[in-house]
Amino acid sequence: MPPVPLVHVPILAVTITDATVFAVSAAVIVAGAIGVIAARNPVHSALMLVMTLFGIAVLFVEQSADFLAVVQVIVYAGAIVVLFLFVIMLLGVDRLDVMRRDPLPGQRPLALVIGAAGLSLLLFLAGVHWVTGARSVAGPAGGPGSNVEKLARSLFTTYLLPFEVTSVLLVIAVVGAVVLSRRPSKEAEPEPPETAIEPEPEPEQPEAETAPAAVEEEPAPTGIPGGGS
Amino acid sequence: MSLGGPYYLTLAAVLFTIGGVGLLLRRNVLVMFMCVELMLNAVNLTLVTFSRMLNDIGGQSLVFFVLVVAAAEVVVGLGIIVAIFRRRKGATADDLHILKG
Repeated sequence: MPPVPLVHVPILAVTITDATVFAVSAAVIVAGAIGVIAARNPVHSALMLVMTLFGIAVLFVEQSADFLAVVQVIVYAGAIVVLFLFVIMLLGVDRLDVMRRDPLPGQRPLALVIGAAGLSLLLFLAGVHWVTGARSVAGPAGGPGSNVEKLARSLFTTYLLPFEVTSVLLVIAVVGAVVLSRRPSKEAEPEPPETAIEPEPEPEQPEAETAPAAVEEEPAPTGIPGGGS
Repeated sequence: MSLGGPYYLTLAAVLFTIGGVGLLLRRNVLVMFMCVELMLNAVNLTLVTFSRMLNDIGGQSLVFFVLVVAAAEVVVGLGIIVAIFRRRKGATADDLHILKG
């Protein structure tokens, strides 16, 4: 399907500028994405993620999705990545990620093989299958009027109910974040936090090992959690 | 006029694959989260491209909802990660096998 020409852009041919913008943005996006998964420091990964998100925002502008480009920069680069950096700094995990041993043998080559197979399958299917059928009724993306106006008209008429549901989702997310980050209350047992998750295996392990552990006392709390995992 | 849609769709497919491979390769849960964000952005780029190709604003509306859901997901996911890190010092996904049967 040929792309529908936009009204406020009278030149129909692909200019050198557009090709250059796409090429530079694609290079930035791919380099940033590879940097995210290749950087050993999580802080570097977060900064590479910012680079990728900016490249995608440029491509949004290139495709006349101006509002989404602005929101992409504000929400992703301004909020989400900052949240990532906050958590990285808060937890103190900004040391180098040790990639020494593989707990799962052969995971890395298998991951690369799965990735290559998935990409080739995706490109193959994109060249073969195209969805046909009735067009959506959300409204035209091109034509006169600004992008913000058309997007707002679509959001507040056709997609009004999903728009309201997203507000409920945001409230749920806020409540969930508060509940998750709340410290345990004082009436809970004030034991050290490292052993707080371990007591579950302890009561059931002594029954399983009563015969070998008959010499020592029944609880045997020290050696069991290491052997139980 | 910008370039044709297949260029953008191919770039989005490559970006999605990089995110998926990173999700499989890395063990740091924060980096795995960033890879999920990469995959979401690849899908966003696909939706905007289709919105331009089909001359339909619905794709951009869907990108808006994806942004909201991604923000909510990051908030809750990072809350879970902080809660886990407060209990134990493991930084990798291999340490989080408490729920394993």
